Amino acid sequence: VYRLHGRYHEMAPNVVPMDYTKDPDVKLPMQLIINMPELKENPFRERIVESFSEDGEGSLSFNDFVDMFSVLSEMAPRELKAIYAFKIYDFNTDNFICKSDLEKTLNKLTREELTAEEITLVCEKVIEEADMDGDGKLGFADFENMISKAPDFLRYCFKKK
Amino acid sequence: SFSREAQLFVEKFEGALGKGKGKKFYAYKVMMTKKWMKFQRDFENFKTACIPWEMKIKEIESHFGSSVASYFIFLRWMYGINMILFGLTFGLVMVPEALMGKPYGSLPRKTVPRAEEASAMNFATLWDFSGFAQYSVLFYGYYNNQRTIGWLKFRMPLSYFLVGVGTIGYSFMIVIRTMARNANEEGGGDDTSFNFSWKMFTSWDYLIGNPETADNKFASITTSFKEAIVEEQESRKEENIHLTRFLRVLANFLALCTLAGSGYLIFFVVRRSQKFALEGLENYGWWERNEVPLRWQLGRIFALFLGNLYTFIIALMDEINLKASYLLPFMIFSMHLEEEKIVKYNMTIWEASLYNGTIPENSTAPPIQVDPADVPRGPCWETMVGQEFVRLTVSDTMTTYITILIGDFLRAVFVRFFNYCWCWDLEYGFPSYSEFDISGNVLGLIFNQGMIWMGSFYAPCLPAINVFRLHTSMYLQCWAVMCCNVPQERVFKASRSNNFYMAMLLFILFLSTLPAVYTIVSIPPSFDCGPFSGKTRMFEVISETLEHDFPSWFGKVFGYASNPGLILPFILLMV
Repeated sequence: VYRLHGRYHEMAPNVVPMDYTKDPDVKLPMQLIINMPELKENPFRERIVESFSEDGEGSLSFNDFVDMFSVLSEMAPRELKAIYAFKIYDFNTDNFICKSDLEKTLNKLTREELTAEEITLVCEKVIEEADMDGDGKLGFADFENMISKAPDFLRYCFKKK
Repeated sequence: SFSREAQLFVEKFEGALGKGKGKKFYAYKVMMTKKWMKFQRDFENFKTACIPWEMKIKEIESHFGSSVASYFIFLRWMYGINMILFGLTFGLVMVPEALMGKPYGSLPRKTVPRAEEASAMNFATLWDFSGFAQYSVLFYGYYNNQRTIGWLKFRMPLSYFLVGVGTIGYSFMIVIRTMARNANEEGGGDDTSFNFSWKMFTSWDYLIGNPETADNKFASITTSFKEAIVEEQESRKEENIHLTRFLRVLANFLALCTLAGSGYLIFFVVRRSQKFALEGLENYGWWERNEVPLRWQLGRIFALFLGNLYTFIIALMDEINLKASYLLPFMIFSMHLEEEKIVKYNMTIWEASLYNGTIPENSTAPPIQVDPADVPRGPCWETMVGQEFVRLTVSDTMTTYITILIGDFLRAVFVRFFNYCWCWDLEYGFPSYSEFDISGNVLGLIFNQGMIWMGSFYAPCLPAINVFRLHTSMYLQCWAVMCCNVPQERVFKASRSNNFYMAMLLFILFLSTLPAVYTIVSIPPSFDCGPFSGKTRMFEVISETLEHDFPSWFGKVFGYASNPGLILPFILLMV
């Protein structure tokens, strides 16, 4: 935790106090966080920061900061990772991953290299594969069901050096 | 929030552990677990980085798809096989002969004949693998038939024989084993529900911090999506079964026609050369003269044959190569029988002329010292066959490299720089950048390997040449692909075609080892060259070894065990 505090402090030394015993109310804006080397290349960095931020706008207090890195670490349990993964991919924060969320995810993943036709095909296939309750979008139950069967999920997602 | 819950949890835990010593031990355990997981991950990364060319292939895979990458993986696998073959031929055949055999110049078979001495060191001669290259450990003819050589009593002929048989056996084993492994994997890999969902949610590697790695990862994700999309589209298309069947039959028929046509062309050429051979023999009625004119005739025939051969090679490369090299041993051998008779007769005349009639025929005489370069030589068809294979391989390699340089590189340069001053858009119309021709390259690789398998018994240097060729080919083609080629329009997955190429390789392996096996079993070796000279059949070296080196009871047991009735079921069981 001390290391994290050091990193947090590094990003804005004027704002972040060294002494946290009085529980001050300090938040760092999103722009600073997404430029951290761990997140810089990540296509989902804005979503990651937004989902951990308490006020929903992307500013992280130190507590949020710690939360973020603890979920991203290897020690976090699988269910917790699934919950936050769902939040990250849910772009319009309606607690469902609908078709437009899927389209945005796909565009971020492929840096918009696919044609519109291909994108539609992929999104349709995803909903076809994972939607169990037939409402045309993925609820958390559908998402968790699909993720729990994925062999690579624990290995490649959400690990921190 | 989460962190408040966590804080409460930790406090509870601390209380349970007690103070001081308990806390330290727990912290220590956590630290060790973390270190162990990090070590495991680093070791996995290290192992992957150690596989030769893995990084290159991953880069190609991310930009061009799994099918192009599968060609390079196939190339790497072939390289591995050839390394082992090289190890066997180099370590057990070439090195012992070079270190412990009689040196160059001590025996007639090891010396350049007097007539050829003047040109033996020329680059042109060496490039053609005659001259000094021919009379060296590189070819069959150099090896002496002495049963043991050197102070280690290394059994050279036996070693040569076993290495020959061993390379064939090893190749069979490894091809069949890889086919079985591929078949197993394929059965399990078809069950992919959630294919697209997993690709979407789990393909990004959150550990990536390096921009270049990120670029590669984006490219590979895009390619992977494109492959899956193509597969999906293919499965959705309604197929007209009759049309596809008709097209398939037509394609097969055309292929058969070209094969038959080329087979007839080769047959025609062989007949023509045989006619020349007969004509040549008739022109020289007196055998007492030295054999140089005869040799010249044969050389002419070979030149004609080779000229035709090389024309055919350029015309119909792959198939002709294999069939021509298949016919070569038989063609050369038929001429060899004629020549042997002539030379044997010649040698008796020559020996008599040495003594100049001073000593009567039936008495023994002190042997006259003759320089090995002056002794007339028996024909050595094995070396000739080996030379042909080596020349074919070298010319094939040159052709491939030049095709890549001209067809891909120069074309790309032309399109890139002349696009500004050309009437139509060079990049989209003709000629545009070339795509990577996977099937052509794979087939070329397979046929090349067929030639190596066929020829390595007669020229132990072939695996070495092939290792060098594959090594340079890997670098050249990796560079050419990344620099001059564009990805294909539709990217296909590699899985199903893999076993097809393996099956083809197995078939070619079987075809190429037939001549060598036939030679060992039924053709008498040349009387004047090679490790088996003087025997009636090559495999007699085994019975000879059993007689001399093993106790007598072993020979009897082996005699019973070598009953074909036992050996065949044993081989079938192994397969």
